[in-house]
Amino acid sequence: MKGLKIIVLAKQVPDTRNVGRDAMKADGTVNRAALPAIFNPEDLNALELALRIKDTNEGTTVTVLTMGPGRAAEIIREAMYRGADKGVLLTDKKFAGSDTLATSYALSLAVKKLAPYDLVIAGRQAIDGDTAQVGPQVAEKLGLPQVTYAEEILSVRKGRVTIKRRLERGVETVEAPMPLVLTVHSSAPACRSRNARYTIKYRHARTLGELQDTSEDYLQLRKDRPYLTIDEWGVSDVGADVDQLGLSGSPTKVRKIENVVFTGRDSKVISGSENDIEALMKELIDSHTIG
Amino acid sequence: MDNVFVYCEIEEGQVAEVSLELLSKGRSLADRLGCSLEAAVIGAGLKGIEKQIFPYGADVIHIADDKRLYPYQTLPHSAILNGLFREEKPRIGLLGATSVGRDLAPRIASALKCGLTADCTALEIGDHTENKTGKEYRDLLYQIRPAFGGNIIATIINPETRPQLATVREGVMKKEICAQDCKGRVKTIDSDKWLGDDDFVVKIIERHIEQSKVNIKSAGIIVAGGYGVGSKENFRHLYDLAGVLGGEVAGSRAAVDGGFIEHERQVGQTGVTVRPRLYIACGISGQIQHRAGMDQSSIIISINNDPDAPINQIADYTIIGDLTDIIPKMIKYYQKNTK
Repeated sequence: MKGLKIIVLAKQVPDTRNVGRDAMKADGTVNRAALPAIFNPEDLNALELALRIKDTNEGTTVTVLTMGPGRAAEIIREAMYRGADKGVLLTDKKFAGSDTLATSYALSLAVKKLAPYDLVIAGRQAIDGDTAQVGPQVAEKLGLPQVTYAEEILSVRKGRVTIKRRLERGVETVEAPMPLVLTVHSSAPACRSRNARYTIKYRHARTLGELQDTSEDYLQLRKDRPYLTIDEWGVSDVGADVDQLGLSGSPTKVRKIENVVFTGRDSKVISGSENDIEALMKELIDSHTIG
Repeated sequence: MDNVFVYCEIEEGQVAEVSLELLSKGRSLADRLGCSLEAAVIGAGLKGIEKQIFPYGADVIHIADDKRLYPYQTLPHSAILNGLFREEKPRIGLLGATSVGRDLAPRIASALKCGLTADCTALEIGDHTENKTGKEYRDLLYQIRPAFGGNIIATIINPETRPQLATVREGVMKKEICAQDCKGRVKTIDSDKWLGDDDFVVKIIERHIEQSKVNIKSAGIIVAGGYGVGSKENFRHLYDLAGVLGGEVAGSRAAVDGGFIEHERQVGQTGVTVRPRLYIACGISGQIQHRAGMDQSSIIISINNDPDAPINQIADYTIIGDLTDIIPKMIKYYQKNTK
């Protein structure tokens, strides 16, 4: 069969998983500089599912679409090093401050511009918000069915995909027609590492925004090798209505941000000695906490 | 119009726990707002389902009963809920932050172009004044949730759009049966007017849902481990202690990510919220996202090598040491003193 056209939605996120003690500033705001920017983990699972389909379906192309600031092009290159064919960076000041609804509006327009396509695959959720909303919201805007929490693609045949889903308390196997939006669960296979050949091939891939200070030589190289161009689209490229973007296009507003405050308790520090542990266990038994 | 709606999730003819918890919360929000509480139930073989729902205070139950509507599927359920919300124009819509609710709610928000806040840990009613315009809003839903990996707590509002949609995880709200005479009306949803053949293009081929074997939410004693436990093998000590004390074993997100323990035993903002009478935290540093899921425990014991671990600030007892040394001693002296 002819290959598929797959779009992977990915996000560059601050690494909130291992937040150190310097991650919060004294005024209670987040110290973004202390958190490295990474490829959102479940988006890597999504990329792997796309690449596996590409491995087994000749002629398949994988395009990575991300929305974010200029430096988000880093994750597009990272995806290319692992086997993606091309990338689009959706970037514009007018996108800033978008909540999930406005983000899904912008992404859905970019997906439409990339049509025709067979599959849109995204990670289930991004670790900076953990909302899991953007995938289904994009599906709704595209008028497509969705299969969330995908763990494995069992088959791709005659325009239909069979997918194993990971639910909270079980698994489900579903069959759905393409085009289709998939979101991928962290239990799906981990993403392959960089391929040496692709890493060399794409290491000079750049967006227009990244080319500001490059030399003439490089511009010529780019002309000869069109695969080094990462497309960069703004509001006008996707024909977005500005009122549906950014803060004004976001129905959710942040009213207040607070530091998390826990009520401290009078903590009794005890050693691990036989006597101390026995005294503790006796105390817990006497108070009927245990026993 | 302007009422509070709860989408009730059904599994094997039973209304999900989280939906009952949301009905209880919805009841108190509706009382505060002086409006009615309405439940939406979509499924198959739902005869008598209202008996499970009325005790939690619903004034009206909307039921769509059709054999094609169970098990849950995104497209037909979202078509019906969208249709119902377009007609009823609720002020607030609440869904469980479950595999189903997190699949359905964003579909609704996207179709109705309304705001949605995921995984709220508190819901309150309050006013808001827009700083720039000075415009005042009365009785908004404050959707309070952790953000940024749990390091901050954000209060989110949807000033202009309705319904104000929120999802909440199981165990966060308390389920409460209201006064005995709670009895409302049942309305049948004419789902055919919203359903088309296109809504059934996805076929469920196979489905294995396990009845939850573990129930850490209602355990009186929890022995929990974090990344500091070090390995899946070392978790054996925790199971030993829990077995002797009659408790359940749980883990932090780091322990789950590390593959030491299964996800359904995860405590914290992205897991379950627990309130046991005794919580023993072994090798748990106490990231905010974990503490938020267990800080209401009656007694907290922390076993940690690190005297400065944040968990110790909220612990009643801090034992400095290695859990492989401490836990066997705890078992020994428990057995000695209860015999």
